[in-house]
Amino acid sequence: MSENYIKTPKEICGLGHRMKRKEDARFIQGKGRYIDDIVLPGTLYMDIVRSPYAYAKILSINSEKALAIPGVLAVITGKDLEAYNLHWMPTLMSDTQMVLPTDTVMYQAQEVAAVIATDKYIAADAVLAVDVEYEPMKPVIDPHKALDADAPVLRSDKEGKTDNHIWHWEAGDRTATDTAFANAEVVVKEQIYTPRIHVVSIETCGCVADFDKVEGKLTLYMTTQAPHAIRTVLALVAGHVGLSEEKIRVISPDIGGGFGGKVPVYPGYVIATAASVLIGKPVKWIEDRMENLQADSFARDYHMTCELAATKEGKIQALRIKTLADHGYTDAAANPSKFPAGMFSICTGSYDYDTAFTEMDAVYTNKPPGGVAYRCSFRVTEAVHAIERMVDRLAQEIGKDPAQLRFENFINKDQFPYQSALGWEYDSGDYHQALEKAMEIISYDELRKEQAEKRANGELMGIGISSFTEIVGAGPSKHFDILGIKMFDSAEIRVHPTGKAIARFGTKSQGQGHETTYAQIIAQELGIPAEHIQVEEGDTDTAPYGLGTYASRSTPTAGAAAVIAARKLRDKAKKIAAHLLEVSEEDLEWEPGKFSVKGAPDKAKTIQEIVFAAYTNHPQGMEAGFEAVHYYDPPNLTFPFGSYICVVDIDKGTGQVKVRRFIAVDDCGTIINPMVVEGQIHGGLTQGLAPALYEELIYDEDGNILNGSLMDYLVPTAVESPSWETAHTVTPSPHHPIGAKGVGESPTVGAPPAIANAVVDALSHLGVTHIDIPITATKVWEILREKGVAE
Amino acid sequence: MIPSQVNFHKPNSLSEALDLLSGNQDAKLLAGGHSLIPLMKLRLNEPDSVISIGNLAELRGISDSDGSFKIGAGTTHSEIAMHQGLRQVLPVITQAAASIGDIQVRNFGTIGGSIAHADPAADWPGALLASGATLDLASQSGQRKVAASDFFQGFFSTALNGDEIITAIIIPKPPAGTRSGYLKFAQPASRFAIVGCAALVSGDPIAEIAVAFNGVSDTPFRDAGVEGALKGKTLSEEVIAKAASMAADGRDILSDHHASSAYRHHLARIYAKRTLNSLM
Amino acid sequence: MHSITVTVNGQAYTKEVEARLLLVHFIRDVLALTGTHIGCDTSNCGACTILINGRSVKSCTQFAVQADGKEITTVEGMAGEALHPIQEGFKEEHGLQCGFCTPGMIMRASDLLSKNPNPSEEEIRWAISGNLCRCTGYNNIVKAIKYAASKMTEEVVES
Repeated sequence: MSENYIKTPKEICGLGHRMKRKEDARFIQGKGRYIDDIVLPGTLYMDIVRSPYAYAKILSINSEKALAIPGVLAVITGKDLEAYNLHWMPTLMSDTQMVLPTDTVMYQAQEVAAVIATDKYIAADAVLAVDVEYEPMKPVIDPHKALDADAPVLRSDKEGKTDNHIWHWEAGDRTATDTAFANAEVVVKEQIYTPRIHVVSIETCGCVADFDKVEGKLTLYMTTQAPHAIRTVLALVAGHVGLSEEKIRVISPDIGGGFGGKVPVYPGYVIATAASVLIGKPVKWIEDRMENLQADSFARDYHMTCELAATKEGKIQALRIKTLADHGYTDAAANPSKFPAGMFSICTGSYDYDTAFTEMDAVYTNKPPGGVAYRCSFRVTEAVHAIERMVDRLAQEIGKDPAQLRFENFINKDQFPYQSALGWEYDSGDYHQALEKAMEIISYDELRKEQAEKRANGELMGIGISSFTEIVGAGPSKHFDILGIKMFDSAEIRVHPTGKAIARFGTKSQGQGHETTYAQIIAQELGIPAEHIQVEEGDTDTAPYGLGTYASRSTPTAGAAAVIAARKLRDKAKKIAAHLLEVSEEDLEWEPGKFSVKGAPDKAKTIQEIVFAAYTNHPQGMEAGFEAVHYYDPPNLTFPFGSYICVVDIDKGTGQVKVRRFIAVDDCGTIINPMVVEGQIHGGLTQGLAPALYEELIYDEDGNILNGSLMDYLVPTAVESPSWETAHTVTPSPHHPIGAKGVGESPTVGAPPAIANAVVDALSHLGVTHIDIPITATKVWEILREKGVAE
Repeated sequence: MIPSQVNFHKPNSLSEALDLLSGNQDAKLLAGGHSLIPLMKLRLNEPDSVISIGNLAELRGISDSDGSFKIGAGTTHSEIAMHQGLRQVLPVITQAAASIGDIQVRNFGTIGGSIAHADPAADWPGALLASGATLDLASQSGQRKVAASDFFQGFFSTALNGDEIITAIIIPKPPAGTRSGYLKFAQPASRFAIVGCAALVSGDPIAEIAVAFNGVSDTPFRDAGVEGALKGKTLSEEVIAKAASMAADGRDILSDHHASSAYRHHLARIYAKRTLNSLM
Repeated sequence: MHSITVTVNGQAYTKEVEARLLLVHFIRDVLALTGTHIGCDTSNCGACTILINGRSVKSCTQFAVQADGKEITTVEGMAGEALHPIQEGFKEEHGLQCGFCTPGMIMRASDLLSKNPNPSEEEIRWAISGNLCRCTGYNNIVKAIKYAASKMTEEVVES
């Protein structure tokens, strides 16, 4: 597959067309159907009592006053759930998480009790009327102190647990790496922290649980990126109270942004479901923003000690990273089961060397659980930040231009498929081309000249590069599962007699535009106009089973499934066409939309005629109808890559960093819809800017969150966000049926180190070698003051 | 986030509002509500009653007479920011108005509501202090005038009594040729001021000078040190730099996770310099 | 309870409401106009932006009783027979992804263009700085508003 794939005419709108999105019509007219828009007759409302303390014993919960409020039906506590053995639930990482506590709260804003009322205003009143008596305890907040001998053992609920250590994980060859470092001419080392942040999808999380007592059927409308997995999990954890998988229907309606935050199962969903099952009425729970920020899954929070070994000329020889991961009070990370640190071992990056070792220890603290992606494929952002910062650090150490150092260390395009030192097989890449293109667009050499002049005048300007490699599209069934369910994904295509189709998928768009891009994939393969292909996702009663949308996996998995399912239909179409044209299949040739007889182009049958025949005149012995389904098990992951260059100016008076220009050259293989891809890149870049300069969840030593609302936690606006520049190269994936790779997360992964490298570059002549993100104005000013260059 | 139950009163005139307030001094006045309602939604404030004064025509509008501007307390920040007369004579006022929150907030929030709330990070106090504003306060027992410099008394604390309503803000017109401006370093999420500096300058050499800050301390203040260093001088970058270096000296300076007191103090100097430089 | 009369998208409604009922809940829950969204509760995100008497405001930070006697426009009131040029701009320029911030952005843009028919990029960015979007990185929202501005200017010239 090359960039010159068959272009379909505009009427068909297959791959490569900038098709306007089919889903937009409802969103621009206020007719989207998000979770809070779902109102069922007789709905009850749930609201949650939350802990003011990070770590405390619950001495008592008194619901009397709350229950006395007219309209309040129930106050649910951990003790109530304990009677059904529903007070704890398993996490995706085989840890355990409280649904509601019976005796101890483990982080500030943890759920303590739930109120059910006839109206959300009454429920809110009742929350404040529930009296909870706490005995606060000294919490463990600093992960570096979590393993101290005198640290309290937080998970005393676990038999035999004597410390706060969760797991140790490692990859690579420790001995060979130590040897390489011992013998290296140059070693650089930095402590790099990727802070705790939050996805802040503009829609918060929520659900409407509707249990029909007569049918024994639960319909759960839920803000979830993975509805099918949720259904199975519910059947597994609540089977003992009578929920059987065929009687559970999970519907993920329009989702107002996910970014990984809507992968986990939060206690609120479970409590609302339990309440609906007990009461037999629909129960709605919609969290507010403060609950969302303070209690829902965090991302990142890796403390990394990074080292790079190299020759004095700058040839990288080995990488060593030791990480301390703060998981909060339980390991509720959203990773494939066998990967406690996700895809962190992509940390060797875009460079050719064969020695690396990385190890990680995860600890419990009194903070909210999580470890979701924040628009990234399972910890790739942390890994890329480490390697891309360290490559710059090495360049600085030996006095080489960071672009030149990258060129000299890149894996060459003829080395693909490439075996990385930590065991991945990179499918395809052309790293030199991407960086060359970015440098050309931004006039890199001119910028370096400008920087030298500015520096001579005392002005601070920096240029930062990031040449990242991602790893997305989990994943091959040999290694990838979630709670045992293999990470395939699916597509089912039904073409109606008049040649119009409906296609259903196991994934779930949260803004990615699947209703358009999947239709274009099928249009490409079958020649049916994309506008006549209806795409549906998110209803487990109708869609084929799949693991959902996160980690840039939709195009690599379900997109591939659509191609294969469509090709099955094309094979059938060929048989029907041969029957209709009374020739053998070998005599037919395909162009999008029709089969014609070789050498006699007038003798042809359109796909519409063929499909009609599948219902009206199908060959004897052939199954009637025109449907196909495919469950796609990817042979490998896909490895999108790109090179980003960022130019910053620093205000010496305030320390503020201004991103003046930013060019992103991305390569996601074959492009389905360039307009959608560019949109994904723009959005991901702003979500990369956010942690680079602004975002961090901050806790004081007592575990109180200091910025738990959008009054304090800065999501960049159109003013902070620069005007992004984008370009692309196309290096198709050799194993994906149309050569496509995932793309939505590349910019979130690639942007933070480009920005951080630019800021450090602006200050490098002052001896600055590293600044932890977010690089706030305060942090920069402290450095300027220390170096004596502040205005 | 949902406020607790509350009684709602919508008087048809200022005197009716004052009667209601005098009968219930725990009631809260509601103009735009952009200071009060967030607190009510957080249940940090659970008044028994609110008295809506946002629609009272007597409190709205900007008039220009007798050597002063009179801004009704119920005038929105947007209306002030767009006022041509103010923009020409007292840009410090329109710039402060235009720097508040975002446009939707400015379209609904009122000057009276903001100053009665007295958030130390709000944008109005510096501009009002620097411009020598006076507030008209009314109660059932009569009216009084309080200088802005006496009005702001501390963290969310003012000279306003429980039975009083701010009816107007009177800003004297400065001498012809006065230049003025307001610049702020915003807390990026809320866009409240970490440091806001308002300044008015007239004469060469400088005859009248006012430099005031909000966001720096729990109470907004005029900075006599900076002013003293400028009076009688001709504005130049050197003169400004020297004067600005004294900004906020001797003050108790706020500290939070957005800005340490050292950083805030530094920003006060930088913003004094930048505001004054913009007036050269 | 208070009786209020509000004109929303040209239709007058008289309803009994609790004093504390937030305007956004009145619009969404009482009038069932769910295009207006709630994203932050603290008047930071702008998802709840509507027009009151032609000016854009955040409906999460005011009471329904304050809107008594006023004219409200929500995203549902934008399109006539055809899409409004701003709606068209968002679609043509890919100015939305998940769509959750979109109604607020559209209402904000409507107020902007009524006062400044030909805004610069810088003006547009400041004008929408009270509206958060987590998907688009704002590039295409800016383009969408520019698209609408030029289309609306053309329409004025033609008429």
